Amino acid sequence: MTTLAKQFVNEWFCGLGRGALLCRDIFSSLCKVKPVWHDILDEMYFIGVKSQSVVAITGAFTGMVLCAQTYFQFHKVKMDTATLAVVSVGMGSELGPVLTSLMVAGRVGAAIAAELGTMRVTEQIDALRTLAAHPIDYLIVPRFLATMLVMPLLTALSVCVGILAAYIVGVFLLGINSTGLWYNMLRHTNMIDISCGLIKTFIFGAIIAVVACYKGLNCAEGAEGVGRATTEAVVYSSIAILISNFFLTMLLNALLPTL
Amino acid sequence: MIEVRDLKKSFGPVPVLQGVTFTVQKGEAVVIIGASGGGKSILLKHLIGLITPDQGEVCIDGRSMAGLNERQLLQIRRKFGMLFQGAALFDSLNVEQNIGFILNREQNHPPGEIAQRVAEVLELVGLAGIGKKWPAELSGGMRKRVGLARAIIYHPEILLYDEPTTGLDPIAADAIDQLIARVGDTFKITSIAVTHDMRSARRIGRRILMLHQGRIYADEPPDDMFKSSDPVIHRFVNGIYEPGEQFSL
Repeated sequence: MTTLAKQFVNEWFCGLGRGALLCRDIFSSLCKVKPVWHDILDEMYFIGVKSQSVVAITGAFTGMVLCAQTYFQFHKVKMDTATLAVVSVGMGSELGPVLTSLMVAGRVGAAIAAELGTMRVTEQIDALRTLAAHPIDYLIVPRFLATMLVMPLLTALSVCVGILAAYIVGVFLLGINSTGLWYNMLRHTNMIDISCGLIKTFIFGAIIAVVACYKGLNCAEGAEGVGRATTEAVVYSSIAILISNFFLTMLLNALLPTL
Repeated sequence: MIEVRDLKKSFGPVPVLQGVTFTVQKGEAVVIIGASGGGKSILLKHLIGLITPDQGEVCIDGRSMAGLNERQLLQIRRKFGMLFQGAALFDSLNVEQNIGFILNREQNHPPGEIAQRVAEVLELVGLAGIGKKWPAELSGGMRKRVGLARAIIYHPEILLYDEPTTGLDPIAADAIDQLIARVGDTFKITSIAVTHDMRSARRIGRRILMLHQGRIYADEPPDDMFKSSDPVIHRFVNGIYEPGEQFSL
C-alpha cells in the first residue's frame, strides 16, 4: 500500500513537473518564434465558430432556468422586475464563464487531446520533429492562443443569449413587466461583473489548452492510451476550471472591490 | 559523417542499447538488421535526436548532439530525411501539403516553386497526379512512397529508413527497394535503413550492421554477411528458429 501511495505521489509530481515544463516551452516559443496567424485562425475557427451552437444552447437554457427559479422566489416578495438583474449578474460573472468553459473543455479539450494523442502514437509528432518543425510552435502555441482568444467571445455570446432567453421567458411566459425588467437589469449590472467574467475566461482558456495539449502529447501507446488521455483531458481541465474559478473570484474581488 | 560512440539506452529496467559504436561515411548505404524488438528503430531515432541516450553520443559531421536542446537539434535535423515505418503522413494535410510541408514552413520560396518541386518528387516516386488525395485514401505502398517524397523534397544529406518494406507485398517491397536505391544514386545521399527483411537488406545495403543483444555484433558487406558461418548471423539471415529460443532480446 505504501509503495502504491509513493508511486501515485511520484507520478503526480512528475506530471506537475512535465506540465510546468510544457508551460515554460509555450512561453519560450511565444517570446522567440513569430506566431503563424494562418494556423491560429484555423484553430480559432475550429474552437470558436464550431463551438457557437453548443455554447449558445447552454447559455440560453441556463438563462431561462435561472430566470424561472429567480422569479418563483422574487414573486413572493413582489420583486418580479428584479429577476433579469439577477440573471444578468449571475450569467455575466459566474455561470456564463464557468459553464461556457466546461462546455468548451468537453468539446475542444477532448478533440485536442485525441488529435495530439493520435499524432503521437502514429509517429506524426516525430515526423514533425524530423521535418525541423518544433511541435510546440506548430501544434501547441496556435491552439493555446486560439483557445485564450475565443473564450471571452464565446462567453460573451453565451451571456447575451442567456439574458435574451431569460427576457423572453420573463416577459412572454411569466408575464413580468418588460420595461421594469430591462430597467432593473441595466441599473444593477456593473461593467465590472461582466469584465471579471471575461477576464476569468482567458485563464480558463489557457487551462483547457495546456491540460489538453499535455494529455495529448504524453498519452500512452495504442487506442486505449488515446482514449484515456481524452477522458483525462476533459476531467482534469473541468476540475481545474472549477477550482481556479474560486481563487480567481476572490482575487478579482480583492483587486476590483466594487464587485 | 555519422559517428555513434558507446550508445546506451534503457527503458525502465530493460536495457535496449548496451554500447553501440559504429561510423557511417558520407555517401554510404548502410543497413542495420536485427531481431524484432531488438532496438533497431530506437537506434535510428537516436541518430536524428528524437531520443536522448542514457550514455554515449552521436556526432554528425563532427558535431556532437549531446546536450543540445530541441531548437538546436532542429538545425541538425535539417540535414536528415526520415521515412517512418507507417510513413507518418499528417492526416490533416493532403499529399501535396504533406510533401511540401517543410518548404511551406520556411516561407521563403517564390509562388509556384513549391508546387513544381512537389510535382517533381511525386514523379520520381512514381505517383504523379495524386497530390490532391488524402493519406487515408492511399495504400500502404503509396503511403511509403509519399513519405519518401516528403523526406527528399528538401535534398537532405542523410536519409533514414525505418522498416521501409514492412507490411508490403513482395512486389511492392521490391519497388520500394528499387526506389530507395534510385534515390541514393540520384541525390548521392548517405542512407541508413533498419530492417529485418533480408532480401531488402541485400538489395539496398552496401554494408550491413547486425544489432544483437544491444550491440553491433557484425559489420560486413552483404555478400560476406550472407555467407557467414557464425551461428548467430547464419541463423538470422536464413531465418532458422531453434526451439526454446527467445524471439526478442
